[in-house]
This record gives sequence, structure tokens and C-alpha cells, in this order.
Amino acid sequence: MSADVQLDQVWVRFGDFVAARDVNIHIQEGEFFSFLGPSGCGKTTLLRAVSGFSEPSEGRVLIGGKDMAGIGPNKRPTALIFQNLALFPLMTVWENIAFSLEVRGVGTKERRKKAEDLLELIALPGQGEKMVNELSGGQKQRVAIARALAAEPDVLLLDEPLSALDLKLRQHMRSELRAIQRRVGITFIYITHDQGEALTMSDHVAVMSQGVIQQVGDGTTVYDNPETAFVASFVGENNLFKGKVSEISSDYAIVDTATGAIRARMSKGKERLSAGDEAYVFIRPESLKIANGGDFDNRIVASIKQQEFEGSFWQVFFDVEGSDRDVKLSAVNDGGSLTHKVGDRVDLGFSADMAIATPAGELAAE
Amino acid sequence: MGGYWKQFFLRNGTALALYLLISVACWMLLMIILPQIFMLDFSFRTNVPPPLWGTEAHGYTFEHYRYMIYGSAQSTDSYNFVDLSVFGRTIMTAIFVTMIDVALCYPVAYYLAHVATGGWARLMVMALIVPFWVNELLRAFAFKIMFGSTGIINNFLVAMGILDEPFDFIRNGVALYSGLSYAYILLMIFPIYNAVESLDRNQIEAARDLGCPWWRIHWRIVIPHAKPGITSGCTMVFMLTAGALAAPQILGGPSSLWFTQIIYQAFNQAGNWARGSAYAIILLATCIVFVLCMMKIFKVKLGEIAR
Repeated sequence: MSADVQLDQVWVRFGDFVAARDVNIHIQEGEFFSFLGPSGCGKTTLLRAVSGFSEPSEGRVLIGGKDMAGIGPNKRPTALIFQNLALFPLMTVWENIAFSLEVRGVGTKERRKKAEDLLELIALPGQGEKMVNELSGGQKQRVAIARALAAEPDVLLLDEPLSALDLKLRQHMRSELRAIQRRVGITFIYITHDQGEALTMSDHVAVMSQGVIQQVGDGTTVYDNPETAFVASFVGENNLFKGKVSEISSDYAIVDTATGAIRARMSKGKERLSAGDEAYVFIRPESLKIANGGDFDNRIVASIKQQEFEGSFWQVFFDVEGSDRDVKLSAVNDGGSLTHKVGDRVDLGFSADMAIATPAGELAAE
Repeated sequence: MGGYWKQFFLRNGTALALYLLISVACWMLLMIILPQIFMLDFSFRTNVPPPLWGTEAHGYTFEHYRYMIYGSAQSTDSYNFVDLSVFGRTIMTAIFVTMIDVALCYPVAYYLAHVATGGWARLMVMALIVPFWVNELLRAFAFKIMFGSTGIINNFLVAMGILDEPFDFIRNGVALYSGLSYAYILLMIFPIYNAVESLDRNQIEAARDLGCPWWRIHWRIVIPHAKPGITSGCTMVFMLTAGALAAPQILGGPSSLWFTQIIYQAFNQAGNWARGSAYAIILLATCIVFVLCMMKIFKVKLGEIAR
């Protein structure tokens, strides 16, 4: 069984502090949904409101269409995987996994069988008799997932469960989590500050900042068409130019910046730009090209400050007139060597479609 | 081992290392080992006046231990029913008092560790500790007054019409049980508090999230985690209750004798130090065996208690 989750005008306040502000989200049943945001943005607060450990100050949480007000975490069709996993150290692995069945009064024999089935699912067959502390980090991770799945929840909630793992394991667990989600077919709600995790695993991502949902969409939409300055600066890398809109023509705006006028596609958020507004223009490092006389909508003059070799690509940093931060360009390593040296003056070109103009607003901390 | 001592001296410096070693050794030897050895030795010797100590007459004998079980040779009873029953009652009451203390202290300790916050928690701890600034004897007398036939409790119950005439709490042992339960309550609360406090709150939430009702969370998660603390508290409360003297002396009814009172009488009234020693050794040994058995049953190791 799987269920959809609806957050309907949810506000969460702690005294004067607003942890979640008018959140409206509909998470479809069976999808992998991520809340992405920096720490303290309110994503864990929302997760606790869904799991039942806290109640929203205003608004409703609906799971499977049912209002969850007044229903405790032990009665909700959700299971939560904690950031530190919170496995029970005094129980064996199989007792941990079968704990929810024990609570329901299921007999020992059946519990053992179910635990063994789940151990198969998480690729740890025959490890049920071990104590939790005898397992490695990745194994504990999987036991925590099995323990949550044993409760047969309609919705699985994951609170940054990979953050304690090392990089290799984390990447491995990403695909594993996604595979498990496809196999069991229930709704996964995933909390993370790591955009890589959010983008690779999720069907939909909600980007959050200071208690406000900035944008909801699938990974490519959030990356390619950010709706606010925060999303553009938080998800992936972006070069920023600040300026003022001088002219608007259909979907494009011309923004006057200290570096020069830039023609850019306008973001499609709630707030629309109009002439005279303060605006930010964002250009991805991979969208910047060294012009070499080609035909581009925009051109800026820059001098090379530093070049870094990253293996699969080059990272080039430029000094640009009118910008106090470095402009970054990344170029795929196609076997050829770079033709320019540090100190060279070049023209950088990019198309108007690859530049996004958003209303000036909050930026992600760097 | 040699490396360990060398390390110990290098780390602390010769002077401090010597001081630590000597003070711990003196503590162990003078305060614990020697007195107990003298006591043990005494308990196996015939009871003679001090001038004859060390002479031929002061020889070894089992007579005091025999006396505890069979009574005096002149007695017609086959066993020393008086002393044995007092001994049995003392142990049973101490067990009972220990259980009451666990029941009282576990919820308080849990509340302090996981529910109460900031100033309120500090206030509660103060309220627990401050009464123990009052002398033990004074506290016992206060209980005696409170539970007396014209004490506040009887007055209240009679005034409310619940009782027709004052109830003799002292003769019925209620005053004694209450006094003893209260006397060592801190020694129960703080070990449990320490143990419960170290429990990761996420464990409780995880259990709740998996559908666990609150009582089962305590049974399966909190109590197993707090077991060493509970055992540690039980050990101390049981030992001290079984060995208490002031509270039974003051709060015990006229007919209820505590085993420590028999020991006291042997030393101070009968002038029979040897028998007193033997009885004290019996009490000590029984308590130790009892505690070790309990630890075995509840699968707690000695090292865990010390945490």
C-alpha cells in the first residue's frame, strides 16, 4: 500500500520563530520526493509534522486523504528513518527489524521469517543474530531501512540518513535507496541538504529556505529553470550578475549590470520582472564559452585568473570588470589541452536562453 | 603490566603517582580490609573479656555461628527462632523497601532526564536534595511524629471521617517502611537518572514511530538501557536498608526488631563482641550473596554498575 501526502497551508511556529511558512505541497503516491535546503531551513520540521512528532500550528497534514490532526506517530501509516538511525543497540539485528511486529503481538516464528525476508531485500541474509554494533555503517543503514519497512508503512520518511556515511558508500546507497523504493513501491519523503542526493534520487524536489518552499519540480526543472534567486544560487553552481531591468521583450529581459547589458530568459516564478526592477542574472559555468569570434547573444570581457584540472573537466576562473566575484567556467576535458594561459584576455559568450534573470532576493550562503 | 606502572609514573610525576598509590592503598587497607579482617577473626573466637585476649582462652570456635542457627545449648527449641526470624524479616523488608524505591524513583528519574527542562528540572533536583541536609535522626523522628497516633496523618484521616480512631502506623510497620524508603531515595534516583539520561531520545521516538505504546517503550527500550543504573541503585538501597540502625530504632514498633539492633545489643548490651561480629559477618555475607545472585539473574556485570 502506498499513500499520497498533502500539506495544506501548513505553518509551524516555535514561539516567535516561524519554522515553516504557508507550505502547500501535494506528494503523489509512490513517488520519491525530496525536501532540499540548507540546515535550519525547516525541512526537518515538516518531516516531523508528517510523522506526527509535532503538530502544525496551522493547516492540515493529510495522508491518503485522511486528516492526521491528533493522530500520534505510533498510529500514523508512516515510518521514519532517523539521521542517526536510532537502532536499538541492546537487540539483535532481527529483533530490531521485527520490532514493529513484536509491538503488534506477532508470534516469534512469523517475526523471524519476516525479518529474514527483509534481510534478503537489503542484501544481508543470515546476519539476523548479530548485534547492531557488529555491523558496518552501510549495513546499519540498511537495517534501519528494513526496520522501517517491516512496519509496512504507506509513506517512508528519511531524515538525512546518508549524511554519516563516507562519500563512496553514500553514492552507492543512493542507487540502493532508489532501487528499494522502486521495489516496495511506497512513497518516500527524503530530507537532505545535499543537492546531489536530491537530484539523483527524486521524482520531485522541493527547495526550501527559511521556512518557505521556493520551488517544487523535478530535478531538471529545478536545475534548468530556477524560479527564485535562492534556488538558482543553492542548486548547482551559478555565476551571478546583479543589475536592473532596462527592457522586457516577451520572455526575455535586458538587465543592465556593472559588467554590461545582459539579455536573459526570465524566471517563471510567482514574482515577475518588469522594467526598472532589481534583478539577478545567473549563468551556469558549463553554459559559458570562450567566444573565439563565434555568434553569441551576450559577450563579456574577462581575463583568466586561474585554471584547475578536475579530471573530467577543467575549471577556469576569470576576473570580470564590474564583478567582485570570480566568474567560473567549466569545460569538458575532451582530450585537447587549454589554448589560453593565465592572464590572457578573452571574450566570454553565452546565449540568452542559458542565462536566467530572477527578481533580486535571498541568496544561498556560500 | 610493568609498562603500565611506568606510564602511570611518567604521566603523573613521581610525587603525585606515589601520593595516589599510597592514599588508595591506605584507604583500602585501613578503612576496608583490616577492620573486616579483625571482625572476621573476632567472629570465630570465644567470647572472653579483653584482658584475656591473645591468651589460650581466646581460641577459635564456631560457637557464634552455631548460636545464630541453633540458639544456646540450654535452649529447648531446635532452632534459634528469634534471631532467625528477625534476620529473615530484615532481609525481606529490605527487599520490599528496595522494590518500593525502584517503583518510586524510576518515574522521577525518567521525568528528570527526558521530560523536565531547565529551571524546573533544577528545582526538582533541589527539592530532592535539600531535605537530606537534615540529620538522619531528625528525619526519623519527624516521621515518627507525623505517623504518631496524634500525628498529622491520623488527625487528617480522622477529621476527614475516613478513620474512626487513629491507626497505629508505627506498630504496623508503615512508619518504618516509609522512613526506610525515604532514607536512601537519592541513592536510587541518581544512578537511574544517570543511566536513563544517556539514552538517545531518538530511540524513544523510533520505538514510538514503529507503533510502540508508552509502557512498552519503557519495558523494551528505556528499562533495558537503564538496567545497570537500576541495579546499582538497588544494590546500595538494599545493602544500606538491611544495615540501617537509626530508622528501625526510632520508627520500629515495640515488637519489631531489626537485625542490626540484635548486633547492636550483642556489642553494647551483652558485651559479646564475638557474637556481634559473627552476626555482622552473616548479614554482610548474605547481602553480598543476594546482590551477586540478583546481578546474575538480571545479567548485569559488576563493571557496568560502576559506570
